[in-house]
Amino acid sequence: MNNSLFGTPLLPLAVVIPLIAAIVSLLLTSPRARSITGIGFATLLLFALAPWLWHTPGADLPTSVRYALGGWGAPLGIDLHLDGFATVLLLSTAALVLVLSIYSAFYFAGQSQAARFWPLWWMLVAGLNGVFLAADAFNVYVLLEIIGLASVALVALAGTREACTAALRYALVGLLGSLCYLLGVALLYRHYGTLDFAQLADLAQADPLTWAALALVTAGLLLKTALLPLHFWLPSAHANAPAPVSAVLSALVVKASFYLIARYWLDILSPAVTDLGSMLLGLLGAVAVIWGCVAAFRAHRLKLLVAYSTVAQLGYLFLLFPLAASGTDTHMALEAVVYFIVAHALAKAAMFLAAGNILRACGHDDIARLRGVAGQQPASLFIFAIAGVSLIGLPPSGGFIAKWLLLNTAISSGQWWWAVVVLCGGLLAALYIFKVLNLAFVRVDLPSGQIPQPVSAPTHAGMTLCAFALAIGAVALGFSAEWLVTLLDAGSSVTTFSQGAGT
Amino acid sequence: MTPDIIYSGAGMVVFAMGLYGVIASAHILRKLVAINIMGIGVFMLLIATAHHDTLIDPVPHAMVLTGIVVAVAGTALCLWLAVVIRGLEHDAASHPSQ
Repeated sequence: MNNSLFGTPLLPLAVVIPLIAAIVSLLLTSPRARSITGIGFATLLLFALAPWLWHTPGADLPTSVRYALGGWGAPLGIDLHLDGFATVLLLSTAALVLVLSIYSAFYFAGQSQAARFWPLWWMLVAGLNGVFLAADAFNVYVLLEIIGLASVALVALAGTREACTAALRYALVGLLGSLCYLLGVALLYRHYGTLDFAQLADLAQADPLTWAALALVTAGLLLKTALLPLHFWLPSAHANAPAPVSAVLSALVVKASFYLIARYWLDILSPAVTDLGSMLLGLLGAVAVIWGCVAAFRAHRLKLLVAYSTVAQLGYLFLLFPLAASGTDTHMALEAVVYFIVAHALAKAAMFLAAGNILRACGHDDIARLRGVAGQQPASLFIFAIAGVSLIGLPPSGGFIAKWLLLNTAISSGQWWWAVVVLCGGLLAALYIFKVLNLAFVRVDLPSGQIPQPVSAPTHAGMTLCAFALAIGAVALGFSAEWLVTLLDAGSSVTTFSQGAGT
Repeated sequence: MTPDIIYSGAGMVVFAMGLYGVIASAHILRKLVAINIMGIGVFMLLIATAHHDTLIDPVPHAMVLTGIVVAVAGTALCLWLAVVIRGLEHDAASHPSQ
């Protein structure tokens, strides 16, 4: 196996760099130094993963890489596992973290929260990268807790009563989900005597104990992924967090637990997966798409609208399971969903940053009072519109390609009803996006008493630029379909995981 | 074999009781205690798993130790948040303008 390009020893850096960054930012006292190191470490992280960025299609790429930390190896040591799915998520995380770090440097400039933000931020990134690279069911539990605790503390950074209440609910839900997951893992260990993903994949059978374990693991992770009807905690937590935190929660954190569900269902415990279970997940996803769009349309606050849109967009991801269950189109379905994850991550992060800019400039994000905001905040609204294009799935954008791939898979696997859901979701998304754009462009002659309040905190041009870069990224993704798909094909977790395990 | 089944079964029952407590109780502290009870249920199951006829499997013990650390951290964070919220509510009550 040719590892020269992949540089396997670089793999632990994806977790080590954020951990070092967390400690360094904890030790630094100057706010300026903290921001600069934050951006520096984010750049370093992206460069450490760079070997994957400039590979050429057709190059001799290993299908999946396994790296034993300290040379111990499974089952005793901690292994890292990397395949195409994980590569795409690692790279999207690194890219988003860089842009969001720059944004955060401006966002928290001169605020006391910055001292607490940076260490938590890097712990969160370490947890995310760790989950994407995990090869062991119990390590995943620990990493999920690192993500959960860091996310909760980051939401509470906003300091308002709403934010702290949302954070507490988020924390309780997170703990509940983790314990369900842990019980599932305990049952798996009891039954198979191993925690290693590759060994579990080899041993897994369809029997009652495995079904119970799969159900518990899935229930715990669904709670963290906020699939309807377990989404109740998401809108308040994502809407009340500081803007860069909202962006990372919606773009990456919920995807981490989705990634694990996909690994368990398509790979690790695939023998125990039943068609009924896949259908049920798909059905819940379809309901989430429709219901999330309706709730977004009815939301009265801009950030709440964007958060409900996340509930809807997460629903699409769960169409993976019924589409992949048909057997023949598993890889195609995975391709579509991974594309969707990246497109949504970029667009949603851009949208939350734009909403954050509007919130900061206007001092509120009450949609009814945002009439005529286009005059004050043309750039933020423009960014909101571009990101909206990708969320609706209009060409040319990443969202369009993602939905097109989903439609294709739905038709070719003969499950046309999922295609109807995708199309309806697009139409409904257009409704809530245009609700915002429409209100904001309405020219209103306010009575003198109702003139918009003076800008409470000016937004730095850098903040607008960061949001703009993400929105452009979401659209540009529509033009680089081949690049992303090749990256994913470098190792499909579905077909090559067990073969790659022996290396 | 029988003690193993008794302990494992009891662990599952404790977990279920905790789960009921989380869903049924309204007070945040009760929910937090219930979550800890759920954790204890999982730990009981793991410890029962570790016990074989003659030798003891250390892996579930390590999992329980890690689980306890995680539970302490999570509980501490929740309690801190509850205190902060209480403080904010107190402020809001004494300054009605906010």
